Amino acid sequence: MSDTPSASPQTFRLRGVSCAGCVRKIEAALSDVAGVEEARVNLGDKTLVVDGEVAAEDCVEAVESAGYGAELVQANARELRDQQREEEQDHYRQLLWRAGIALGLGVPLMAWGLITGEMGVNSPFQQMAWGAVGLLTLAVLVLCGGHFYTGAWRALRHHSATMDTLVALGTGAAWLFSMLVVVLPQVLPESARHVYFEASAMIIGLINLGQAMEVRARGKTSAAVEKLLELQDPTARVLRDGEEVDIPIEQVQTGDRLRVRPGEKIPVDGRVIEGESLVDESMLTGEPVPVKKAEGDGLSAGTLNKNGSLLFEAEKVGADTRLSQIIEMVKNAQSSRVPIARLADTISAIFVPTVMIIAVVAALVWYNWGPDPQIAHMLVVLTSVLIIACPCALGLATPMSVMVGVGKGAENGVLVRNGKALQQATDLDTLVVDKTGTLTEGAPKLTDIDSTGDTDELLQQLASLESQSEHPLAEAIVAAAKQKNLSLSAVNGFQAITAHGVSGEIDGKKILLGNRKLMQRESIDTGDWPAKAEALAEQGRTAMYAAVDGALAGIIAVADPIREDAKVAVNRLQQLGLRIEMLTGDNRATADAVAKQLGIEHVHADLLPEDKERIVADLQKGGAKVGMAGDGINDAPALARADVGFAIGAGTDVAIESADVTLMRSSLHGVADAVELSRATLRNIKQNLFGAFVYNTLGIPIAAGVLYPITGMLLSPVIAGAAMAFSSVTVVSNANRLRFFKPSHDSGNGNGGEQ
Amino acid sequence: MESLLINLSGLAAIALTLWWFWLAPKRNTLQAVGADEKLEILVKDGVYEPDRICVPAGTETVLHFRREDASPCAEWVLFPDLEVSAQLAVDQVTDVTLPAADAGEYPFHCQMQMYRGALVVE
Repeated sequence: MSDTPSASPQTFRLRGVSCAGCVRKIEAALSDVAGVEEARVNLGDKTLVVDGEVAAEDCVEAVESAGYGAELVQANARELRDQQREEEQDHYRQLLWRAGIALGLGVPLMAWGLITGEMGVNSPFQQMAWGAVGLLTLAVLVLCGGHFYTGAWRALRHHSATMDTLVALGTGAAWLFSMLVVVLPQVLPESARHVYFEASAMIIGLINLGQAMEVRARGKTSAAVEKLLELQDPTARVLRDGEEVDIPIEQVQTGDRLRVRPGEKIPVDGRVIEGESLVDESMLTGEPVPVKKAEGDGLSAGTLNKNGSLLFEAEKVGADTRLSQIIEMVKNAQSSRVPIARLADTISAIFVPTVMIIAVVAALVWYNWGPDPQIAHMLVVLTSVLIIACPCALGLATPMSVMVGVGKGAENGVLVRNGKALQQATDLDTLVVDKTGTLTEGAPKLTDIDSTGDTDELLQQLASLESQSEHPLAEAIVAAAKQKNLSLSAVNGFQAITAHGVSGEIDGKKILLGNRKLMQRESIDTGDWPAKAEALAEQGRTAMYAAVDGALAGIIAVADPIREDAKVAVNRLQQLGLRIEMLTGDNRATADAVAKQLGIEHVHADLLPEDKERIVADLQKGGAKVGMAGDGINDAPALARADVGFAIGAGTDVAIESADVTLMRSSLHGVADAVELSRATLRNIKQNLFGAFVYNTLGIPIAAGVLYPITGMLLSPVIAGAAMAFSSVTVVSNANRLRFFKPSHDSGNGNGGEQ
Repeated sequence: MESLLINLSGLAAIALTLWWFWLAPKRNTLQAVGADEKLEILVKDGVYEPDRICVPAGTETVLHFRREDASPCAEWVLFPDLEVSAQLAVDQVTDVTLPAADAGEYPFHCQMQMYRGALVVE
């Protein structure tokens, strides 16, 4: 909340307001606050709008003194973004104008110099003429480059030096020298009586032009966050006194009842009270198939209501919605530092003063040992070195790539926590994967049923029996019966026999379901069924024998099915050079069966949850760079231990908070996408850093004149200005190339990409 | 004579640069923030003002950045050691919440490290 007066209307959310009396009291309290022009309370929305130049805090205080509570409603992120965009546009236009004016003077002057070659001051007339041009140049420098000089001055007072310092010194030196030539030509040797007004004007013009292009290019780097922001609707339809009213999204409160019609976006997080509909959640989860929502189901802001009308209650609003948290996380990660940038950071910190010293040394060398005219050469070298050095390219090299890379990740359903995670993901060599919920669906399903008689009848009997059991496998059998619309019968004498199975009486028949030991205990002949059961076990399925009235009736198998895309994803990860290690609490036989189907060679079975962390640590001790993929529920310690923890499915808020990389989509492809993306981003950063280093290490000596013995010429300060202006644009543009990154396997929709 | 003058000025410029930017004691504008005080940091012309901020250890702090520089350099403020960053809106105050930190000095800067400041936690 700001304590500075704001001229635009401010909106407050009120607490404890219930009647017209309260309205009058609050409005009266505010009318006494200095600066308030008008205060209006909306009883329906419980909001207060204040016009006038007044600090938000004073308004809150006034409301509180009247006995109520008030809280400033912050403009939503999207509005702020729009405002920001407008500011950027204004700034862009301003820079273009400045560039236009400065180049408008610089280009004709330069053309004059090139065509006539008369830039010297050798007569009183030339003195007058160039004097006038000098003053005109000064006006242009102040008008178009004033901010460089004020910035340099302020930085200087703080003992710091910035890019402004270099620009101000370079152009200032050129102008001052030229003015000296104009005013006191006699103090200089004849060959040095040359003016450089065109250089000052051109440099200011080119740098403004470069900055304008940079603003443009930078705008594109945040495209991903913009797409996410666009998922947020600005208004919501709230039920107030039985009527549906559209109100700004910031005014929605938890507990409000909202209506969403088909084709509309869900405005805030909540729970369905009434109605049924399909909701497209692909923008958040990456699941392309719309999810059916009915009473009691949760809804997330930003998702799209497809076909039905829903009434729901708001549970999380504003910054608490999952969408807002994702946006926040992406924004945070986008501006975080990457360890690889440390060298560039160290260099940037001492860059400008170092360049200033180099410039002076080079100038002195030219003065003392250079060819004639020394003074003119000295000035050209000084100006060129100051201007060509570009701390921006160095400083921008990493942040711009991280900005685009992290944003691109969000578009593909990969949320990276910070730059460090991004860098570490590039050199992983081992990926530890939790089987349940990552390689498999995580919920057992009935896979096989084989019987001596009617399979449906047997299924109906077994499902009825298992409906009494709490075993996880039982659920799969009941679910399968329900899917076939078989109605369950009552069970008498249900009994769970530990480590054997279950038994009970249904419609007068004694039913048994369990392992081979149960059949042996009850002296039931299993015939040739064990061979079939073993074949199923080899495929990783859990087979159970069923007996009706003392005779074996068939076998039924349940398994946690392997995710459809798991095999392809594992293959893809292996091709990326990762060794896959599977972890599971399941028994060795099941684990091996799954591993075999997926082509995984390293399996750790029969694990307790705490073993997972130990295995990750052991692998690390062996020198491996370990990534860990899990659902974040019971493998949080292992996720935290790993060099990079990938939380799959984004099921829990805990996962979002603790993992280095959160995958919105419940697929291992996300890990491969994340690894590919981080490698692409790091490659981009390296290109940028390399470019910036090479630019500066080549540019500065060239500007200092090392090529003079070969070319017989010094680098023109104008060329130095152009090079410097476009070096940072190049860095930003190269970072923008990352926007075209595409994962090697297009396995689903990304996050926000379909808007 | 002229040559001597120019050489001496050059050497003086080098010495002055060394001294002013690296050796001279920095008179930072240090400002302490109390538990419930509000401190506004002006982001303008390449400088954070104040550029040294003192906060108590072990408590969450909110800093208020007023950005008056429209150039993209001023857009972000980063506290790399605290893993905090914020995008600053032009001509507005942006609140930046810092988590409770141990005593020490934490630098903050813009993306390009042209704007620089330090957070002193004590």
